[in-house]
Parts: sequence; structure tokens; C-alpha cells
Amino acid sequence: MARDKILHKVRTALGRSPGQPTPPPPPARLRLPEVTLDQRIDAFVRALETLAGKVFVAASPEEALAYTANLCEGRTAVASNAPLLAECGITRLAAVQSGFHERAPLRAACAQAGIGITSADYALADTGSLVMFSCPAEARLISLLPPVHLAVVDRRRLLTGLDELYSLHPLPSGETSAMVFITGPSRTADIEQILIRGVHGPREIHVVLV
Amino acid sequence: MTTLEPQKARATLADANLQLAIYAATGRLMEKRKSSIDERDLPDYQELRSHAHELKKHTIENLDFYLEQFEENVNAHGGKVVYCRDGTEVADFVLNLAKERGARLVVKSKSMTTEEIDLNERLEQHDLEAVETDLGEYILQLAHQKPYHIVAPALHLTRYDVADIFTDKLAVERETVPEKQTLIARSVLREKFLAADIGITGANFLVADSGAVVLVENEGNARLTHSAPKIHIAIAGIEKLIPRAQDLATFLKLLGRSATGQPLTVYTSMVSGPRRHQEIDGPDEFYVVLLDNGRTKLIADREKRESLYCIRCGACLNHCPVYRKIGGHSYPWVYSGPIGAIITPQYMGVTKDPWLPFASSLCGACYEVCPVKINIPKLLLELRSEVVKAKARDGKDRLEKAAFRLWAWVMRRPKLYEMLGMMGAGLFPESGSRWLRHVPGLLDFGPLRAWLSQRDLPRPAARSFRQQWRARRKGAA
Amino acid sequence: MPRVSLFVTCVVDQVFPRVGLAMADVLERLGYDVDFPEAQTCCGQPAFNSGYRAEARQVAMHFLDVFRHADYIVVPSGSCTSMISHHYQELFHKQPEWLEQAAAIAPRVWEFSRFLTDVAKADDVGATFEGKATYHDSCHALRELNIRNPPRRLLSRVRGLQLLEMDKAEECCGFGGTFSVKFAETSGGMAGTKIESILRTGAEYVISIDSSCLMQIQGALLRAGSNVRTLHLAEVLASR
Repeated sequence: MARDKILHKVRTALGRSPGQPTPPPPPARLRLPEVTLDQRIDAFVRALETLAGKVFVAASPEEALAYTANLCEGRTAVASNAPLLAECGITRLAAVQSGFHERAPLRAACAQAGIGITSADYALADTGSLVMFSCPAEARLISLLPPVHLAVVDRRRLLTGLDELYSLHPLPSGETSAMVFITGPSRTADIEQILIRGVHGPREIHVVLV
Repeated sequence: MTTLEPQKARATLADANLQLAIYAATGRLMEKRKSSIDERDLPDYQELRSHAHELKKHTIENLDFYLEQFEENVNAHGGKVVYCRDGTEVADFVLNLAKERGARLVVKSKSMTTEEIDLNERLEQHDLEAVETDLGEYILQLAHQKPYHIVAPALHLTRYDVADIFTDKLAVERETVPEKQTLIARSVLREKFLAADIGITGANFLVADSGAVVLVENEGNARLTHSAPKIHIAIAGIEKLIPRAQDLATFLKLLGRSATGQPLTVYTSMVSGPRRHQEIDGPDEFYVVLLDNGRTKLIADREKRESLYCIRCGACLNHCPVYRKIGGHSYPWVYSGPIGAIITPQYMGVTKDPWLPFASSLCGACYEVCPVKINIPKLLLELRSEVVKAKARDGKDRLEKAAFRLWAWVMRRPKLYEMLGMMGAGLFPESGSRWLRHVPGLLDFGPLRAWLSQRDLPRPAARSFRQQWRARRKGAA
Repeated sequence: MPRVSLFVTCVVDQVFPRVGLAMADVLERLGYDVDFPEAQTCCGQPAFNSGYRAEARQVAMHFLDVFRHADYIVVPSGSCTSMISHHYQELFHKQPEWLEQAAAIAPRVWEFSRFLTDVAKADDVGATFEGKATYHDSCHALRELNIRNPPRRLLSRVRGLQLLEMDKAEECCGFGGTFSVKFAETSGGMAGTKIESILRTGAEYVISIDSSCLMQIQGALLRAGSNVRTLHLAEVLASR
């Protein structure tokens, strides 16, 4: 009822009738510059480090594993079901719990863990962002509840920025229920404009590019 | 012409600490914005603004189409759209759903739309606990205050104010270090997130071709709100629509930069429906509440519907010399600053707070920084004219009306204008300084008194330009 | 040499006639035939900005009648220039015959500094003025007419003048027409911020292209006990 009333009011105000065709919207504005992989890596490192994130460029899966093992020392970690993490051997580390398929145990583990380990579908060079599509392999809370977030990302997944992402995925909702961009550690400036990290999400973010 | 300044504005002007706090906070946001739109970082900033304006214009002009498209796509992904005409309908929907699901606790992330309809109060009246989770909003909820600023809600509070509020409301030991205050809030709210049955968010954008809700934030509370509880309800005004996911490439580049000088905020979520097959976490139910609450009234006027393009970045507040003096709580509604001054009268009717469109020097700084190019000064001028018309209808401010009529009559009669000018100058016979600190008692009222309350007044020239010009021409001849 | 018609504005006519005379001096020095249509009064802005459009329209019609045959209309105010060249369009949007006249006059209305740099092509008008000065951007000139550089270019060629930029050159002085009396305390607070910025430069003079801003700034400076003086650009350029 409210639906029809509101739609009727909108149409009356616009002088339109139900089902009246609509002119096409202004064309989307996507610019795709040519940027080499090395330049993208440089830009990503610079952008994320400006935000107090840490980036490690791993020459091999072994190096990625070593970085992760080092970070996990003395802490517990929860890892997502992303294939890349298993390929690097991360899910086999002693400190790492993985292979969750149920909500309740995953939540409990994330609430206790010192580190959440995920992969990411893409990274964006110009803003230092991770792009994560929620899916069975990648649960949401792993990058959110633990105080430290480590993401291991295939460097070939490093895009220049938003424009490239949206030209590759014009309709992300067809592929995922939630697409999330993560750009640096959680932060607030709500008290006297003082920057504080780790208010609700992780206070530290590490990205390993493999 | 009487003074229109609200009492709250005068109190704010007189509070030196508050003045400093507002000025420092908005000043910092101005600087950050400026460096983030720097030619080197964003060479196409002006083109993006124009593009965003055109996109919003197109969407609003075809809003019925995009609303239906949005609804269709939300349904396709297993969500549900609920239209609500006002705050009562929103509260009824949430309360009914909570009752059906046996929900007791709601976590909320920052939403100006829910502030607009006093949702928390409405839910609490029916014993449904609703907790704000944005740090600033949480502090304000504890203190029972309204947001001071669209983006920085607790901008007016110091760490000592926060310490008082926490000590009083949370029964914790007094803590004045912001970092530790943040940790206190984090631990209280973490429990709430994990226990909550329903998460309520606003929406920065509604994407028609995706049936998606876009949420932009820095703390992670919006992500927790839409990820942790089993039910996610997004509440948004119908004007939040944009046509396509690809349009986010334009809007996201502008929003973070205009609001806080960030190329992208820490978290941007594009949520399209409940969790899908075999997903481990995420909500089981997803609702989008589309709120009218007066918005359809604004669509009818071709010029003024531009106010619905607003993406709530708050840049116009930061750059407004009036907002920076009188602060957010001097405005009558939750939307303050220049954008508040144009939308409040349109939602509430121009006669409710008729002073509002006049509370501007028309300097145009708001228009200059608006990421979607809303011509705020032009809309203020139109609203002023509507206020004047409404007052004439109601027989109010007759004296002012008569004065402007007389003035216009004189201005079309140059000889009379000149004569009255000479008489005016005669009231201020030359003696001593060119500038007056006081005027004779007879004249000490109305506009002259108001002027002199703040600054000295120049005397009218003993001989006007036209008199001197005639003399000069005669001399030359 | 072409003829220029002065529209001196009501504020200059009644309160700051020296500004109008200085403007005429500079234009005559550049060889222009300067004319002052005596039937002129006001552009109508006070009524327009206060919401009295019908009254503003009457005064605007008078203006259009008076200046109908002018080639160049030169104005010592960004605000009044913008009223004529921009806001007359809004004012007459329902009166096609007047709208046409407004559109015809718009390209012939010139703010003084832009007239000098863009039409007369005279960055150097041969002025000499000893002292340290700072320039205040008036809002309507800056944001509606996009006049940022012309006055600065002209001032940079004045012999003896040292130009010091203030940190808040582009921030409103708080005048805003009737705003200055309807919201006197807010307006006064804005003037306070402006003069703090002026005083930080150590300048002896504040220069602008709008006399109404200068009325606000000078009034506030005097009230604050400062010796800093305000000058219209025309007064500086006329001085030798």
C-alpha cells in the first residue's frame, strides 16, 4: 500500500506514467590507464603504507608462508578457505585454525583469534585497497573480528583502481552477496579528530603479494 | 527587519572553547579535502563532479523507474524491499519483525535517515534495545544528544566531555585518553555485536541494477552490523538511488575525498541480499526500507529537487562560515549547515523556521565544494522568496514588505532618490571621524542598532558621487 | 576611444563616492570616454537577496532601461556585476521580453578589474602607492564571476606596493547584505575571523573590489581598535 502510494506520488511529481520508458543514463565513466605490474606494486605499497598498513612482496609461496609463520608466532590465527592459503601451506601452520563451514564455530574462533588470514579477489593499486567477494571460501568475520588482518594476494590480481574493477565486474551482485573494499586498518577520529586505529575492526593490516 | 539569530547560535558564538573546537575540526577537514583533490591525485575532479551531477539528475528525473528496478533486483537476490511513508511506518515494520523473530537487541551503524525519524527512541519505547555503534554516535546516544555534524557527529565534544559521559553512563573509571576511551567503547560494543539479533544500517547509495546497498565507513561498525546479526535492515531515503554499479566509480571517488579527504574510506561494502548458498556467515534475511518522509514533496519542483542529489558528505558544513560560527545544534533539524538550510524548509514547510534560508551570507563556498554541484545559494534565494510570499499571505512582516515596496518605488525615481540621499546625509552632520560608533538615539533601532552592535558605521558622504560628478564635469567644461 | 558607462552602485554613490571618482580617473587616464548615466540608482540586489523578487524586478527594469544603449558598463563591485549578469536571468525567467534584454546586457557588464585586464588590456595603469597591502577576495566576484587573478595582476604592477597574501583571502567577510543585520552576531563573528587573518599579514591596507565588503571589514577593524585601512582597488590604481 505504502509502496503504491509512494510510487504514485513520485510519478505525479515527475509527470510520468507507470511503465513509461526512461532515457538511457549518462554513460558510465571508466578510465583505464596502462600501468605496468611493477608500477602497480609500487603504487599499492605506497598507498597502503601511508595508511599504516604493511606490505610484503613475496618472491615465492615459501616466502609468503615464512612471513605468515613469523607473524603468527605466539598468537592464534583463523584462516579462510581460500585455495591460495592452502597452496602456500598457511592452513597447515600449527597456530592456524581453518576449514570452518558452520557459522557458530567460525564466530567463536574469530572472536578469540589474534590474527585473521584471508586472501582477496583483487587489490587496487591507487588506493591500497583489498577487494573481497563474500563466498563459501571467504567468510566475512575473518577480516573483521581479529585485531590483525593478514591478506595473501596473487599479485596478478593487482588492478589499477576502481575503474578497472568495475569494468571487469560491471555487476558484482551477480557474483556475490557482499563485495567489500578494505583500505587500511579500521580507524576513527570521532574524539577531537584524533586518529585512532582498531576501533571495531583490525588495528593492523598486512598484505602479502605473491 | 528584526534579528533572526536563534538563541543557540548566540550561545555558541559566546563559547570560546566550542568556537575553537568547531573551527579546528572543520578546518582540518577542509585541508584534507583540498589535498585529496589535488591536480596530481585527481586531475579529473571537476569532470567527476559534473558527471555525478548528471547521474543524480537523471536518476531523480526517472526515479519511479529506478525504484522498481532496484526492488526487482533485491527480490532476485532473496531480499525484500519495504516502502515506508514516515517514521511510524518504519518503526512498525522493525518492531513487528523483531516480535516475529523474537529479537531483543538491535545494533545500528551511523545513519542520518534513522536520526531524521528518531528511530532509536521509537524502538526503545517498545522495549527494543537499539545501540549505536559508530563511536561518535554511541557517545551521543549515551549523552542523549543529536549529531552536531553529518559526518563528524561528536565534533563539539572534548575528551573530557567523553570521560564524563562514559563515567556517568557506563560505570567505568574516569578515562581521559581518547585511545583508551575508544577501547572501552570497543569492548562494550563488541559484546553487543555478537549478541545482536538485528543489524540496522543506513545506505550511502542504493544501486538499481544490482539491488545493492552501499555503505561507506572507517570504523568497521557498519561491516559488523551487516555481517554479524542474522537480520540486516538497511534504511534509506528514496533519493539514494544511482543507476548502475559502475557509477560507483564516480561517486566513491568523490564521497570520501569530499567528506574526510580520503580517496576511499577504510571500508566500502556493497551488499546485495542475504548470504548465499554455502556461505558461512552473513545475514539470513535482508530488507531494504525505502523511506519517503517528505521526499516526494521535493521532487515536484524542478529547480529545488536538486537538493535530493545530496550524498551527505558534509563538505558544505565544513566550508560554511556560518556553520563554523553557529555550530550544528543551532539548526532546527538533524541536517545542519547549508544543506540543512535548503532541505529543512522543504521537508517541514517554509513557515516552520522561516529564518533558516536567511542564515547565509550567500558566499557560495558550499556550491564550490559540493561534489554533486548542488547550487545551494540559488536554492536559498528561491526559498527566501517563498518565505516572503508565505509571510505576505499570512499578513506577517508587513513593515518589511512596505519598506521594500517603498524602496523599489524610490529607486525608479532618480531625482527623489537623490533628494532622499541628501536628507539621509543631513541626519549625520559631519563632525570628527568619518566612522560612527554610535548614532543619535532617535536612529538607534532596527538595522542601524544591529549593525553598530558589531562594527562601526560609515557616515553617508556629505556629497554623493553624482553631485561630485556634476561639479567635476562643470569644472572640466 | 570607446565610451564606457559607469554604474557606480548605490553604496558608492551614497557612501564611498571617492571610489567612483577614482574609477573614472583610471578609465580616463587610459583614454576612455567616461559617461555617467544620471538616471541610475541600484541594481535591485538588496530586494532580490531578501526574497522580494517583485520589488527587485522593478528596480532591475529601471536599470535595464537606463543602460539599454551603453556599450560597456563598468562597475566597481563584483556583487552588483553578478546580480546583473547572472541573477537577472533568474529574476526574469517568466518574462521573455525582459529576459531577452537581461541576456543582451549581460555581456556588456564588466567588473572594474576585469575590464582593465581583459578589455583595456592594461595590467599596468601607471599607479604608485607606497605601503604593504593584502587583498580580500569578495565572494561573488570570486565564485560567481571567477575573478581571482585580475585584481592581483593589477596590484602587482603598482609601484611601491607590497602585496601580502592572507591565509583566509577567500573566506567570506560576513557582510552578506541584510544578513549583516539580521544575523548581526554571526556576521560580526565572521568579520572577526577575517580581520584576524588580515592582521596576521602585517599589512597596513586591505584592498578589495567591493565596497560593501570593505564597509564591513573597515567597521570591524575600527571597532577592534586597529589602524589598518581599507581601500577599493580603484583608489589604489588612481593614486600616483
